[in-house]
Amino acid sequence: MAIIEQNRIRNFCIIAHIDHGKSTLADRIIEKTGTLTSREMQSQVLDNMELERERGITIKAQAVRIVYNADNGEEYVFNLIDTPGHVDFNYEVSRSLAACNGAILVVDAAQGVEAQTLANVYLALDHDLDVMPVINKIDLPSADPDRVIDEIEDVIGIEAHDAPLISAKTGINIEAVLEQIVTKIPAPVGDKSAPLQALIFDSLYDSYKGVIVFCRIKEGTVRKGTEILMMATGAKAEVVEVGYFGAGQFIPCDELDAGMVGYITASLKNVKDTRVGDTVTEAERPCAEPLPGYKRVNPMVYCGLYPADGAKYPDLRDALEKLQLNDAALQFEAETSIALGFGFRCGFLGLLHLEIVQERLEREYNLDLVTTAPGVIYKVYKTNGEKIELTNPSNLPDPAEIEYMEEPMVSAEIMVTTEFIGPIMTLCQERRGQYEGTEYIETTRALLKYKLPLNEIIYDFFDALKSRSKGYASFDYEMLGYERAELVKLDILLNKEEVDALSFIVHASTAYERGRKMCEKLKKEIPRQLFEIPIQAAIGSKVIARETVKAMRKDVLAKCYGGDISRKRKLLEKQKEGKKRMRQVGNVEIPQKAFMSVLKLDDE
Amino acid sequence: MTNKIKNQNLQLYLHIPFCVRKCAYCDFLSGPAGAEEIERYVAAMMEEIRSYRQQYAGYEVSTVFLGGGTPSILTEVQMEGVFSALRETFRIHEDAEISIEMNPGTVTREKLRCYRKAGINRLSIGLQSVNNEELKLLGRIHTMEDFLSTYRMAREEKFTNINIDLISAIPGQTTESWLHTLKTVADLEPEHISAYSLIVEEGTPFFKQYGEKEETSVLQSSDIPKLPDEEDERIIYKDTEKFLKERKYERYEISNYAKPGYECRHNLGYWQRENYLGIGLGAASMIENRRFTHLTDRAKYVELIEKNQFKQLIEEQENLTLQAQMEEFMFLGLREMKGISKEKFAEVFGKQIESVYGEILRTLRNEHLIVDEKNFIRLTEYGIDISNYVMSQFLIS
Repeated sequence: MAIIEQNRIRNFCIIAHIDHGKSTLADRIIEKTGTLTSREMQSQVLDNMELERERGITIKAQAVRIVYNADNGEEYVFNLIDTPGHVDFNYEVSRSLAACNGAILVVDAAQGVEAQTLANVYLALDHDLDVMPVINKIDLPSADPDRVIDEIEDVIGIEAHDAPLISAKTGINIEAVLEQIVTKIPAPVGDKSAPLQALIFDSLYDSYKGVIVFCRIKEGTVRKGTEILMMATGAKAEVVEVGYFGAGQFIPCDELDAGMVGYITASLKNVKDTRVGDTVTEAERPCAEPLPGYKRVNPMVYCGLYPADGAKYPDLRDALEKLQLNDAALQFEAETSIALGFGFRCGFLGLLHLEIVQERLEREYNLDLVTTAPGVIYKVYKTNGEKIELTNPSNLPDPAEIEYMEEPMVSAEIMVTTEFIGPIMTLCQERRGQYEGTEYIETTRALLKYKLPLNEIIYDFFDALKSRSKGYASFDYEMLGYERAELVKLDILLNKEEVDALSFIVHASTAYERGRKMCEKLKKEIPRQLFEIPIQAAIGSKVIARETVKAMRKDVLAKCYGGDISRKRKLLEKQKEGKKRMRQVGNVEIPQKAFMSVLKLDDE
Repeated sequence: MTNKIKNQNLQLYLHIPFCVRKCAYCDFLSGPAGAEEIERYVAAMMEEIRSYRQQYAGYEVSTVFLGGGTPSILTEVQMEGVFSALRETFRIHEDAEISIEMNPGTVTREKLRCYRKAGINRLSIGLQSVNNEELKLLGRIHTMEDFLSTYRMAREEKFTNINIDLISAIPGQTTESWLHTLKTVADLEPEHISAYSLIVEEGTPFFKQYGEKEETSVLQSSDIPKLPDEEDERIIYKDTEKFLKERKYERYEISNYAKPGYECRHNLGYWQRENYLGIGLGAASMIENRRFTHLTDRAKYVELIEKNQFKQLIEEQENLTLQAQMEEFMFLGLREMKGISKEKFAEVFGKQIESVYGEILRTLRNEHLIVDEKNFIRLTEYGIDISNYVMSQFLIS
């Protein structure tokens, strides 16, 4: 491939509220530029994780290089970076943005500006990106592009009157988008001959190539044989291969120079040597200083992950290390539970992030996991002046030693059509929300502002929000810091023995209710055993709720003759298999899913 | 067990997949059919029997069992045909136990005489309940009166080994009505009584009403009779044993009772892992530790036989590993009240039972689910109640 002039390169990403058509537009751009023939096109090319396709969401930022022949007769290279839309993955978005010069903002022609639209635009502006709006889904009967254009100008304050009106789904007006990428998104700047300065925006582990580092070259040039230095970790290595991103594949090339986006593989042995956000430079001629990198994001939700089969503990550690490589927001440390044995306390950005990691571990690494109820980080101030950041409820000190506790709060913005304001306000109050105000976007839509405890929104707030607004409400939040709260630890006792993995922290006002529901739920989950099992919820030594699982009374097959024997055997095997999936705590057997049951207390 | 044939005995099971009408609880491979279809099936089955002449020449038949469906639905001519095919093909021991299942309302004096002539020496009559209301609810085709006339006729025709099948825990049944059934039946002094607790099987009309979960069925069933709860059901089982003991019936298996010497040898063979050959639609066999089962599509069964493709009758088969044999030895043997013999285990497998199952046996003994008696290990009363749990412990894999 010939050397590309810097002014023919466009590095950009697509940002949007979830479901506004970001990935579909990416697909269409790839298809129109002929990177893939339409026969090769699988819907949503960039969502290449099985999980992403299934759920129809983007989890990981993905990059692809596209060649476009513009109307001015010139050939351009587009580096498109797809970004996740869910609030949990804002971190990924911000990483991708750092590799771009501009962003396409996709807005749904019917739904208009949503909470995430705003959040993403502000993120892009923070990174000094030029934002180019596109109105999508104009083929919908309810599309109202004029209103949406006004809304973008009024609410966000960016020029939108020449925004292409498109339908990514049907392919209408995609050419206009391509042309505007050339005219509206600035080319990168940078000196090819300067010392190498490249930002790592992602990485992944490949069993053949080892660690693959995704980077944006800001200054200088990198090629095979270059001795590189990771500025933060100090690791040095020789470059084995450089290349760019085809759709779903890596295409090697001779060199990457200033302005380009591509990948590097090097003789890096340890996955920990490449940290996302670090700067790559030349070992012999290092650049003066590292690029700003990213703010390190801190996990907000914690839970315990344990291998169902204790012997798989090293496999789980290995899998977590590999996932962490391209998911820097995932944190973990070893812990031990009396009930569950050896495992890890893991930190996530949110519940969706937790679910995704859990599913990836199960699918990609073939692990069977037991997950404990998620919780947030509490601050515990002890009477002796000590301060603890509590991620595992079992580590809560004796109440007598606690002066007071604090819980994390968020500032939440909920965009909702006016007819649903009532139900949504009720929901926020149920979740201990403090009302902070309402802003009317138009006569029919409003932005509700609430201050909410994080632990009230990590479980099922999003689902509740959707169901109480018939799907119309959208939601975004940011961390506010900590506030003092009346919190208690709720312990669960099975057959009078405390099960550490079932303890959780809850606001004192809802403890009774939660304890009662938890006992009811566990009664349904725990199968009858040879003896009666009392289930108790307790705060300290005070039992606040109780249920009983009666002893097994009858489990007998009346008949078993010649024709039944194979069937009978299968039945017994199934029974035995079920037992294997149980956890023995004291002398009680608990099904693994019971440890997650606290999550689903609001189902009934 | 070694491959060398030590036991030359063979039990035969013949499946007759026809009945007048399907009962509400029945999940057996059976259904009503026209006379022509039955005739074609019987002809095919006779062909199947004849096909075994060489294969089983080395065996002597110790028991024959005609089951169904309702085998008594066959005509005398058909029955004679089946037995002449059997006798042409197999060496049947002169003291062989030869049983037939029958339903009241399908049997005539002529049929009974035909059975005697064919060599049938044991009758198993499906009564289920003496209460006509309960019979109706079960979807039975007969009344108590029909049964009594069949039973008397059988005695008049000198059948001296008769079993009566009963079902307990019928929806709406009370302990009193069950004891009434038991007493009425015991007064007739059959040699054998099978007292099963109703199993609500998937795919039956009962399953729709009484499904798996008792809790949900309680909600749905305000207008239909309820299944007795677990507690009552267990009381029924225990009362049954106590009552029948007073009447000199010994419980020899979870659901089977007999006067001394009248235990069903054929069924004991299943629990003691004797060789058995299943003939007919869906029939299961175990020959020298190989289990195999026939297909269940009747038209296909007939067609294959008419084309002489006997090998293709087998739909599933499995060679039991030594481990599987031990597992079966345990979970089948424990169905018998006398339990499993430690000596027999050692003899069959060349290992002491404690060396294979020592830890499991210890745990179950501590849980009072099994108990040692002389050289046998048997279920305790609570062990019987939750025998599936106990038996599943012996699966090693």
